[in-house]
This record gives sequence, structure tokens and C-alpha cells, in this order.
Amino acid sequence: MTTGAPEIMKRPIIGWGLHDGLVVARRNLIQTIRVPELLFFSLVQPVIFVLLFAYVFGGAIPIPGDDGASAYRQYLMPGIFGQTVAFAAAASTVGLSEDMKRGLIDRFRALPMSSGAVLFGRTVADTLRQVLVLTVLSITGLIVGWRINNGIFNAILAYLLLLLFAYTVAWIGSWIGLKVPNPETASTAGLIWLFPLTFLSNAFVPISSMPGWLQVVAAWNPVSSVVLAARELFGNPTGIPSTAWPMQHAALYTLISCAVLIAIFAPLAIKKYRSTTSR
Amino acid sequence: MKRYGDVVALDGLDLRVSEGTVLGLLGPNGAGKTTAVRVLATLLKPDAGTATVAGHDVLTKPNAVRRSIGLTGQYAAVDEYLTGRENLRMFGGLYHLKPAYVKVRTDELLERFDLTAAANRSLRTYSGGMRRRLDLAASLIAKPPILFLDEPTTGLDPRSRLGLWQVIRDLVAEGTTVLLTTQYLDEADQLANEIVVIDKGRVIAKGTADTLKDQIGGDRIEITIADVAKANAAATALRSVSTGEVSIEDDRLSAPVSGGSTVLVDAIRALDAQDVAVTDLVLRRPTLDDVFLSLTGHTAEEDNSPPPPSRRRGRGQ
Ligand SMILES: Nc1ncnc2c1ncn2[C@@H]1O[C@H](COP(=O)(O)OP(=O)(O)OP(=O)(O)O)[C@@H](O)[C@H]1O
Ligand SMILES: [Mg+2]
Repeated sequence: MTTGAPEIMKRPIIGWGLHDGLVVARRNLIQTIRVPELLFFSLVQPVIFVLLFAYVFGGAIPIPGDDGASAYRQYLMPGIFGQTVAFAAAASTVGLSEDMKRGLIDRFRALPMSSGAVLFGRTVADTLRQVLVLTVLSITGLIVGWRINNGIFNAILAYLLLLLFAYTVAWIGSWIGLKVPNPETASTAGLIWLFPLTFLSNAFVPISSMPGWLQVVAAWNPVSSVVLAARELFGNPTGIPSTAWPMQHAALYTLISCAVLIAIFAPLAIKKYRSTTSR
Repeated sequence: MKRYGDVVALDGLDLRVSEGTVLGLLGPNGAGKTTAVRVLATLLKPDAGTATVAGHDVLTKPNAVRRSIGLTGQYAAVDEYLTGRENLRMFGGLYHLKPAYVKVRTDELLERFDLTAAANRSLRTYSGGMRRRLDLAASLIAKPPILFLDEPTTGLDPRSRLGLWQVIRDLVAEGTTVLLTTQYLDEADQLANEIVVIDKGRVIAKGTADTLKDQIGGDRIEITIADVAKANAAATALRSVSTGEVSIEDDRLSAPVSGGSTVLVDAIRALDAQDVAVTDLVLRRPTLDDVFLSLTGHTAEEDNSPPPPSRRRGRGQ
């Protein structure tokens, strides 16, 4: 042995919880680089969605209040953004369940680290990955005719809201990932709730085109509010505005619902993490 | 005590490991070895009972326990996508070690575990044995005074197994306290100062390797002779090296011995002196199965059948 007794770091200014979380986030981001195929396909899917909706369905979906030639594409892009960041939750679910199967969660739990750090690192890394996804999607959007019409500052706010939403669903996805018994289940359980969540919203079709009761569901769906807020901030067509409160205060409702969802699911996930063991 | 539904995984298990020694926890599949390790490593809360690790209660002071332990689980728990070096650095960071210390310590461990050449390769390219070694290296990064090793050599080839044994011996020589679980008596024999045999969550025997072996009769030498007429001469030869009764059954003779493999050489010389031709000669060491047969009356393999009703109820400790 050449090294002496273990030398412990001084407590960092950011605190141990954040420090540990960043160590884990770094590891999760390295994974992203090591498996470029995974990143590639997670980019391809939303791009295919853009092309399908823009060219196949686009002509069939009228946007009330705007009949310009590229109206649907303008309307569509924030919807695709919202849907894509929502689906990122599935990556958290599968990732955590794989960590559990490999016994990594057991090992982390036997370390003297803060118990939220693994989940914090996971959700942060999964959110940061969305920065790249949103960039690629935005470029695709610009190619098919989508435009930022409301200034760069508002556009940045729109992206930040989308990332906050990504971070929120990552916590829900993490909680599911700790609940399911294995990665195979995780890949279905991590996805199924996202279909109703994203399709019962204004992401692809205006709420006003839905039956009455569905309009209520869609209006209170946080996906609708984050998408509507993004449309407003990007200066894209919004369709006929709904009178429901969340649709009148889209950005505010998004902030509130993200805060509430994190306040519910982060403690649930951490509690589950504390008691979980592989097998 | 720990219960999973109807199955009592730990049933009044009572263990004590002295500082700087190795305790071998020996038992068949499903005996409760992993469960015991998980309770001690703060991963599982027992339904009843207490455990103290390095003077800290696992239930009330889990973080103090975690600071004193290294855990190598039954399956290698390292990140597949990271390189060997990145894995060790990550764990070093999570133990809150200074980056400069982690750097030196990482190189030192990679060297010690013969992984320096593979240090910058992603673990997807590692063999099972390399992964296991890295796994152990990861639990040593902060030089924990107490080490839990859950079946550390299961799935390793004989050479890797010997290598790992040596590493464990070195650690103990440096003062580490080790709790080792294994399914192999010879592994416990090689490494452990004290052995506790458990089955269905209960201690069924404890003692040193020697006392356990004595309990089940120790080593036996077994020979098959070419000519049955020479049986008596063969018996005489065996008697000269044996520690007990020589049993004869047609052309097969067997006798209890002690002293390991050197006794084989003595036996061959003695047989030669008696002019006995031998077609087969083996030294049979007691196996875990023998321990089980003599201790529980059933073999290790039978354990997959559900436990009898009286065992299921269990009792608190
Ligand atoms: N998560 C669990 N849920 C239900 N039963 C469990 C669970 N974990 C372990 N058991 C049961 O508890 C008992 C002890 O299991 P344990 O894993 O501790 O055995 P082991 O001695 O480590 O076995 P092995 O040699 O196969 O690793 C077994 O009967 C097992 O089926
Ligand atoms: Mg086990």
C-alpha cells in the first residue's frame, strides 16, 4: 500500500447532497456518450413525429383562428417539444430499474451518501439530455417551416419551462422505475401513462376540437399548459383559447403543477429508494 | 429475524465477528446469507432483532455504519458503460474522498487487481472475473475497516479464485475485518478464522474449520485395488497412514486420514511396500454436502423444497 489513511474532502459549499448528485449525474451523462445509438434513436423518434405530423396529418388538422399555409407546423412544434420532454420520463424509469437489477442501487445505498443523490443525479442527467434533444428538434422544426416569432428572450423562457417539465416527469418516471420489478416491465410501465398524458392534451390537436368532457381533462393537463405557454412564448398560433383557468394562465399553471408534482413524487421516490433492494 | 411473506429468511441468527478476523458464513442456496449481509450493510431492515457494525447500530446509525464498511454483493455491481477507472473515481467521489487521493488510490487498486491494462476500457469489454475484481476494488476505495463479501468467488475460474483469496488474506493482514459468505467449505477453510454454518436462516453449527471437519469425520482416503486377494495387505498399508478404522468393501477400501495431500504420498509408499497394485486412489475432502448431511440430515440440494411448517412460523430474536 502506498496511500495512507483515506483523505476526506472538506464539505463543499454546495453541500453533500448536491455534490453526490452531480457525481451520479456525471456518470449518467457519460453513459449517454458511451451508447450513442441510444441517443441517436431517442432523437430520431421525435424527428419522425415532426415529419409525420407536418406532412401526413398536417393538412387534415385545421387550426382555428389561423389559416396560414404553415399554420399547423407552427402550431405543431411546441406540441412535439412538450410530448418529447414528457416521454423522456421513460428513460428515467428504465435507467433506474436497470441500475437496480445490476445491484448498483444496492451499492449506492450502502455508501455514506445522501439518499436523494442518486435520484437527483438521474433526473438532472435525464433533463440535461433533453437540451440536446430540443436543439435537434428545433433545427428540424426550422427546416419544415416553424419560426420563433417572439424574440430570443421569450424563446429561452419557453425552453426553460419545457426543461422544468422534463425534470418534473423525470421524478415521476424515477418513482415508477423503483416500483417495477425489472427492466422489462419498466420499458412498458414507463411508457403507458405517457400516451394518455400527451395525447389528451393540446399537443397535436386544438382542445376545441375535442368532446366536452375531454376538453376539461385536456385543459387541466399540465402537458397542455406547458405546450400552450411555449406557443405563446415562441409567438406560434395557439388555436381558440380555452376559458379554463390553466389555459388562461399557462406559464403560471405550469410552474405550479411542476412544483406540486415534484413535491409529491420526489419524496415518494426517495422513500422508495431508501427501502428498495434488488431481487 | 427477517421474513419475506411466508419465508423466514433469517431466524434468530446470532453472529459475532472479532476485529481483524474473517468470519465465514457458509450455507446452501436460500440459506439467508445474502439477507444477513444486507441487514448488516443497512440495506434491509430486520423485522426483529438488532445488529451492530463497528459499534454503530444498523437501524439508528446507518450512515455511521456505511462509513465503516465496504460491500461486494453477490453479483458485480459496477457501471457497465463507465471504464474501470471511471467506476473507481465515481465511488471515491461518493465516499467523499479528496480527488487527489482518489486518483492515487485508483491507480493503486487497478494495479493490485491486475486491471491497469484494462483501466480505460468500458466494462462492457470486461470478463466476469475482471468485473468481480473491479467490484471488490470499488468497495476498497475508502479502505473500510470492515468488508462484506457475498460469495466473492462464485463464477470465478480456479486461478482467479486463488488470486482473490490472496487479496482477501492481504487485507486481513492489514487489519480488515471480513464477513465472507460462501457455498464452499474449502473457501471458508482457506480464509475464515471462524465458520458459521446456516440453513433456513438459523445457525446450525459454528466453529473453526477443523472442529467442523472433525464433526463430520474429516478427510478420507479411498482406493480401488487391482486384485481383491490383496485386500488385507492393502488394509495393512492404509492402517499405517490412517487415523481410524479402515473399511473394506470388495476391491474398494477407505480410511479416515488427516494431514492433507501429503498423506497420499505416504499411502502410495505404504501400498507399494506391501506390493499392492492400485487402479484408483483419491483423497476425499468433506464437502458442504457432507456437512449438511451430518448436520441437518438432508443434502444442500434438497433445500429448494418448501421448509416444513414449523420452520415457516419462525420466531423473533
Ligand atoms: N426479495 C425477496 N422476496 C422474497 N423472498 C426473498 C427475497 N430475498 C430473499 N428471499 C428468500 O429468503 C431466503 C434467503 O435468501 P438469501 O438470498 O438470503 O439466500 P442466500 O443464502 O444468499 O442464497 P444464495 O446462495 O442463493 O445466494 C430464500 O428462501 C429466498 O427465497
Ligand atoms: Mg446470496
